[in-house]
Amino acid sequence: MNTTPVAGAADFALVAPEIFLLCAACAILLIDLWLPQRLRQVTYLLSLVALVVSAVLVAGLPGERMTAFGGTWISDPVAKLLKLVTCGTVAAVFLYSRDYLLARGLFRGEYFVLGLFATLGIFVMVSSGSLLTMYMGIELLALSQYALVAFDRDSPVAAESAMKYFVLGAIASGALLYGISIIYGVTGTFDLDELAAGLDGSAATNVGLLFGLAFLMAGIAFKFGAVPFHMWVPDVYHGAPTSVTLFLGAAPKLAYFALALRVLAEGLGSAVQAWQDMLIVLAVLSLVVGNLVAVAQTNLKRMLAYSTISNVGFILLGILAGTPDGYRAALFYVVTYVIMAVGSFAMIVALSRRGFEADRIDDFRGLAQKSPWFAWMMLFLMVSTAGVPPFVGFFAKLYVLQAIVDVGFVWLAGVAVLFSVVGAFYYLRIVKVMFFDEPAPGLAVSASGSFRFLLSVNALAVLALGLFSGALLDAINRALP
Amino acid sequence: MLAEYLPILIFLGVGTGLGLVLIALGFLLGPRRPDAEKLSPYECGFEAFEDSRMKFDVRYYLVAILFILFDLEIAFLFPWAVSLDEIGTFGLVSMLVFLAILVVGFIYEWKKGALEWD
Repeated sequence: MNTTPVAGAADFALVAPEIFLLCAACAILLIDLWLPQRLRQVTYLLSLVALVVSAVLVAGLPGERMTAFGGTWISDPVAKLLKLVTCGTVAAVFLYSRDYLLARGLFRGEYFVLGLFATLGIFVMVSSGSLLTMYMGIELLALSQYALVAFDRDSPVAAESAMKYFVLGAIASGALLYGISIIYGVTGTFDLDELAAGLDGSAATNVGLLFGLAFLMAGIAFKFGAVPFHMWVPDVYHGAPTSVTLFLGAAPKLAYFALALRVLAEGLGSAVQAWQDMLIVLAVLSLVVGNLVAVAQTNLKRMLAYSTISNVGFILLGILAGTPDGYRAALFYVVTYVIMAVGSFAMIVALSRRGFEADRIDDFRGLAQKSPWFAWMMLFLMVSTAGVPPFVGFFAKLYVLQAIVDVGFVWLAGVAVLFSVVGAFYYLRIVKVMFFDEPAPGLAVSASGSFRFLLSVNALAVLALGLFSGALLDAINRALP
Repeated sequence: MLAEYLPILIFLGVGTGLGLVLIALGFLLGPRRPDAEKLSPYECGFEAFEDSRMKFDVRYYLVAILFILFDLEIAFLFPWAVSLDEIGTFGLVSMLVFLAILVVGFIYEWKKGALEWD
């Protein structure tokens, strides 16, 4: 029996960005070894170049859905869009991190190499056509993240949160893998297309499949940080160096969205009745717990962590609608959320300096007097995340609500609106603290020119995307027809 | 299909049952006359020399991690070697790519000084 997997040039053409990224990351790792500390900037610049070239390669991929390597790899418009956004996000994270890392003696090549490997993991997850490819991507991303969280080796808090993240993450990976193995046992395939073709309306009552699905869902919920699998989120966001929190809070969300979309919508689409109920529970709990607990936080990083949890609730709402409209709304939400999250965490980086993390809400007191421009930028980001028109966060919430009302979940939309109002309180509290309180001693924006420029672009993009949300909506409609 | 697993179930049942019965018999029938000397910890008939928990160099940890890494690689090479005539050039090249990536890691650890004890 000859089971040689045949892979031709056409297959490799579809994974060109990933092959390039892998080679680039390995090459940068080796180049970095021979660089003296004063030339560390070379690693940084090479990493940025690697991301740009990957983005160009991604942009050159064909615009229609194609599969490679016997269906284990999917190249389609959604993957293309998500990969481009990932490249942009990770590049922004690198740019934001540079000064922060330099000031703390953490400017080492490994930060960028791990970032590139995490990006590769996201790419693999986004394009996976089989549960095994997906798992490989998840692990590549997760292992890079564990190492990144522990990047500041001398910080006991960072070490503790990395340990917590690693142990809990390993359990979640185990649950995910167990779910995958049960689904394989029931259906006899890892391939998402074959799964979709092999299952019919009776899938939602197939006990074996439901059992596997429950484990799979626990794994997905953990990765997303949805309640009740959210325990790690505030601790890890808080404990990790802010430049790493910047990374964790943004790009991986795109990959987890792809994970949910591929597995639930594409692979197990006929079991929609089953996973819809599970997602309702996760989404409602995330909205309630995320928003309520965020109100009580005094640490901005923890507050943003709980805000992430509540936003994940919204993304799950879009997915659980189970309609193309819902998936599009969730995609819109996740893309805009990533832009807002990168900006919000970058504000903390902007106010931090050597030996001081501006991660308490009090550290933003009176920012409007010291640096009105940045106070306004932070206002844009916070108000947008709260969901106030005409900022893009409002439209993101609107589309999700529309999608779930269309499928008849009016009460869910009600819950979501109610808790968005609760959420608005803690976002607006930041605004109040910045504009109406006396300045905190020693408050200053100590960021370089390029940082200020990027942050301004980032915050203004939130407004521009809101005013011209049609452009982003068009791109998303093309990606998920 | 489930019926094929019946012998395994019986085996597990007998194994567990036998183990429990033997322990229970020893517990019930054996004479027990404990005293302070009998209950104290001992080492080959002597008083315990030292605490059984001891410190060892944290560098063993690094060595152990590296060992696991390359040990797994070897474990992966065996099935590949056995099936090489079936998987052909594609399999050969795949493994070479895998090894090349490992070599990158190896160069990294070497250059970083992870292989030096002092």
